[in-house]
Amino acid sequence: MRTGDLSVLQRPNDRLRRRRVANRGMELLAWLAAAVAVFFLGVVVWSVAQRGASQLSFDFLTKPQQASGGFGPLNVKQGLANAFAGSFVIVGLATAMALPFGILIAIYVNEFASRLVRSAVGLTLDVLNGVPAIVIGFFVFGLIVVAHGQSAYAGAFALAVIMLPLVARSTIEVLALVPDSLREAALAVGAPRWRTTLGIVLPQTIGGVLTGATLAVARVAGETAPLLFTSSLVATGTHWNPSQALQTVPVAIFELSDSADPADHARAWAAALVLILFILFASLGARWLATRSRRKIARAAG
Amino acid sequence: MSSLDVTTDAARRPFPGRRARLGDLVLQGSAGIAALGALVLVGLIAWKVVQGARLSISTFGLGFVTHVGWDPVHLKFGAGSFLFGTAVTSIAALILATPIALGIALFLSELAPRGLRGPITALVETLAAIPSVVIGLWGLIVLAPILRDHVDPALHSALGFIPLFGPPGSYGSNVFTAIVVLTIMILPIIASISRELFLSVPSELKEGALGLGTTRWEMVRGVAFPYARGGVAAAMILGFGRAIGEAIAVGLTIGSATAINANLFKPGSTLAAMIANNYQGASSGLELSSLIYLALILLVFSILVNLLAQWIVRRAARRQGLMAR
Amino acid sequence: MSQMKEEPVSASSTIEHAVRVEMKRQPLPPRERLEQVFDIQDLTAIYGSKPALKNVSMQAYKNLVTAVIGPSGCGKSTFIRCLNRMNDLVPSFRQTGTIRYHGQDIAAKDVDPVAVRRMIGMVFQRANPFPKSIHDNVAWGLKVLGMKDNLSERVERALTQAALWDEVKDRLKASALSLSGGQQQRLCIARAIAVEPDVVLMDEPASALDPIATQAIEQLLHELKTEYSFVIVTHNMQQAARVADMTAFFSISRGEEGERWGELIEYDATEKIFTAPSDKRTEDYVTGRFG
Repeated sequence: MRTGDLSVLQRPNDRLRRRRVANRGMELLAWLAAAVAVFFLGVVVWSVAQRGASQLSFDFLTKPQQASGGFGPLNVKQGLANAFAGSFVIVGLATAMALPFGILIAIYVNEFASRLVRSAVGLTLDVLNGVPAIVIGFFVFGLIVVAHGQSAYAGAFALAVIMLPLVARSTIEVLALVPDSLREAALAVGAPRWRTTLGIVLPQTIGGVLTGATLAVARVAGETAPLLFTSSLVATGTHWNPSQALQTVPVAIFELSDSADPADHARAWAAALVLILFILFASLGARWLATRSRRKIARAAG
Repeated sequence: MSSLDVTTDAARRPFPGRRARLGDLVLQGSAGIAALGALVLVGLIAWKVVQGARLSISTFGLGFVTHVGWDPVHLKFGAGSFLFGTAVTSIAALILATPIALGIALFLSELAPRGLRGPITALVETLAAIPSVVIGLWGLIVLAPILRDHVDPALHSALGFIPLFGPPGSYGSNVFTAIVVLTIMILPIIASISRELFLSVPSELKEGALGLGTTRWEMVRGVAFPYARGGVAAAMILGFGRAIGEAIAVGLTIGSATAINANLFKPGSTLAAMIANNYQGASSGLELSSLIYLALILLVFSILVNLLAQWIVRRAARRQGLMAR
Repeated sequence: MSQMKEEPVSASSTIEHAVRVEMKRQPLPPRERLEQVFDIQDLTAIYGSKPALKNVSMQAYKNLVTAVIGPSGCGKSTFIRCLNRMNDLVPSFRQTGTIRYHGQDIAAKDVDPVAVRRMIGMVFQRANPFPKSIHDNVAWGLKVLGMKDNLSERVERALTQAALWDEVKDRLKASALSLSGGQQQRLCIARAIAVEPDVVLMDEPASALDPIATQAIEQLLHELKTEYSFVIVTHNMQQAARVADMTAFFSISRGEEGERWGELIEYDATEKIFTAPSDKRTEDYVTGRFG
C-alpha cells in the first residue's frame, strides 16, 4: 500500500468502501437516536398541550376542586386553584428550608472543612441525592405525620430533603469558583473570616446559588411520591394554611388520572400543562441566570 | 502624608478583638452544624425506615425478601415479586436506553452540525425535566392504549416463541408499558452525562487516531469510547438507580399484580410502585409495616447502586490520572 | 571557515557549520530528476474571515526531508495540516488552490480525507499516544486498516524503525503513558509509519523534548528518509539546517488594515537558504536579525 497505490484515492478498494459504509451506518444510527429523543419529547409535550389547553381557563386557575364523589352536573366549572395554592405554599416553604441549610453546608465544606470531612459530607450528599423520593416520603411520614398528622409543613420538609443535596452541590461548585486571591485580599485587610465569607465571597456566588435554587425548584415542583404521604388527605376548598394538608398539582394529577371520569382526565392534562410550563419557565430562568453570572465572572476575571 | 504615617495610624488602631472571633465561631459553628445535620439526616432516614419496618421484620425476618405473594387477608407478605419486577423493569429499561443515549451523546458531541447542537442538547435536558407524574399520565392515557392495540400483539406474533412476549392481556397497563416509560425517563440522564464525557476526550487523542487514516466511527470505537468508558458506566448506573426508585410513572403504568410472571404483557409491580399504589389502602399495621419493609429494601438497593457508581467514577478517574500525565 | 578570521561566532556561522558538516550531507540531484510528491499551487487557507496563508506555491520531493521554518504565526502548522486534510476538523476552515499529491488534487472536495490520511501520516507537536498498551498503540491502526497479517512482525518492524524496539520489547503490554516524553514521541512515529504511509508530516516533533531525545528523532529522520518522504515544521533553525534537504521559509505579511497572514518567501535547497538566501527577509531571519 505505498506510492503506486494512490489509486486508492480515486477508486477505493473493497475494504475502504466497507469501512466508509460502516461509518455512514453509525452516523445514521446516531441521527436516529437523536430523532428518538426529540420525538418522545415532542409527543409528550404535544399530548399535554393538545389535551390540556382546552381546559385552561380563568376559572380553572382560580376555582378549587369540588368534593369528589358527588353527583354534580357535568359542566360544573371546577378548577384546581387549591392545588396551585398548595403547591405554591409547599414549594416556597421547602425552598425557605433548604436554601439556608444548603448554603451553610456549602460554606462549611468549602471554607472550613478538612479533606476528610469534605469527602464525608460529599458522600452524604450523594447518598441523600440517591434516596428515592418515595422513601423520603416514608421517612417524613414516620417522623412527623405519625405523631402530628399531615400538613403542608411535613410536605415542605420532605421536598426540602430532596432539594438539599441539589442546592448544596451547586453552591459548593460556585464557591469553589471564587478565586482564593479574593479571600486573601480581604483577610489581608484585616477582616475576620466570617466577614470575608459573608460579605465578600458569598455575594460573588449569588448568581450560581440562584441558578441552583431555581433548578431545585423545577425539580421538586413535580415531585409526587413524598407528598402522597405528607399532604394528600386534603380538605375541600382553597386553603393557604401550612399547618394543614394542602392539595398540590402533582398529587392532583396523580389522583385525577386514577379516576374513571374523562372530565377528570381532562383536568389532569390541564394541570400537567401548567406544571410543564412552570418547570420550563423555571429551567429557562435558571439557564439565563447561569449565563448571566458566568458572564459576570468572566468580566471580573478580565 | 507619607505612607509611614498611614502605617503608624493603622498600628495605633486596636486589633479587632473578641467580637470578630465570636463571629467566626458563629459562622463556623452553624455551618458545621448544618454539615453535621446532613449526616444526621441520612442516619435519621435509615433509622426511621427501619423503625417503621420493624413489625414486619420481626414477623417475617429475611425470608420476606424472597417470599412471593402479598396477602392482606392471611397477613402473609413478601418482597419477592416486587424485587423481581424492579429488577426486570430497570434492567430492561437500561438495556433499551443505553444504546439510544450513547447515540444521542455521539450525535451531540461529534456529528451534529453546529447550529443543531445547542437546541437538541436543550431538548434532551427538557425531557429530563418532565416530572414523573406527567410521563406517568401520558403513559397511562396515550401510550398504553397504543401499545395494547398495536405494539403488544405485533410483538407477540413476531416473537411469541420467547416466553417474554406471551399473549397480551386486555390491559394496556403492563410491564412492557412501564419499561417503555422508564426508558424514556432514564434516557436523558445517560445521554447528557455521556455527551459531556465525549466532549472531554482530548482533541489530540482524536487527531492522533484520525491522522492514521481511520474513519470517525473507527476513532470513536477505538479511542474516544474507551477513554470515556468509566464515566459511561457510571452514567448507566445512575440511570439504573433512577429507574429502580421511580414510583409514580411506573405505578401508573404497570398495573398491579403480586405474582411473578415471565410475560411482559401482563401487569406486574415493582418495589416503588407497590408502595405508592398501596400505602393509602393498607388494611393492617402489619401490611403498612411490610410496605415500609419494601421501602427499606429499596433504600438499601439505592444506596448500594449509588455507592457503586461513585466507586466506578473514582476508579476511572484514578486510571485516567495515571494515564494522562 | 570563519574560525580562521577570528570573527565572533554568529548564529549564521553555526548554521553554516551545521549545514556543511554535521549530517554528511549528500548533494542534491538536480530538481528535474527529483520525483515530486507534492505540487502545491496557490494555496490560500482561511479561518472564518481571517486568512492564515496566502498564495503558497511549492513542491516537495520524494525521499527528502523538507523543512518549513518561519516566525510564530506565519502559518507553518496551518500549511502542513492542509497537506493531510487535517484542517477539515476545524469548522470555520476554508481553502483555495490545489495540492497535487502524485498528480491528484487532494484538496478537492470530493476526495475522501480518510484515504488521504492513509497515505500521508502525521506526528504531532506533543506526543499523543493512545491510552492503550505500547503494542496496541502500534497495532490498533494496523488492525483497523486491515493490515492484520503478520501483526507482531509489523509492530516489531515499526518500533525498530523508530529506534524504540530495544527499549520496549520486554514490556509491550505496559501502558504507553508509562514511557518518557521522548519515548512516547518515538512511539507516535512508530504508530505513524506502521501503516506504511508514503509521506510523514511532522509538526514540530521535537519541540517538547530535551536535546538528547531531539537528537534521537533527528537521527531517525536521517535514516527513515530512504523509505518515506518527510515534511517537517520546525521553529528551530539549527534543526532545519541539520536534518532538512529542502527548506521553505514562511513569514508574516501585513495588510493595510493591520491584517496579518503567512506567505512563502523562499524555497530552496537548505544549503542555499542558510548560506546564500535570495530574499532579504530570508537572510534577516536566518541570521537572527528578527523573528
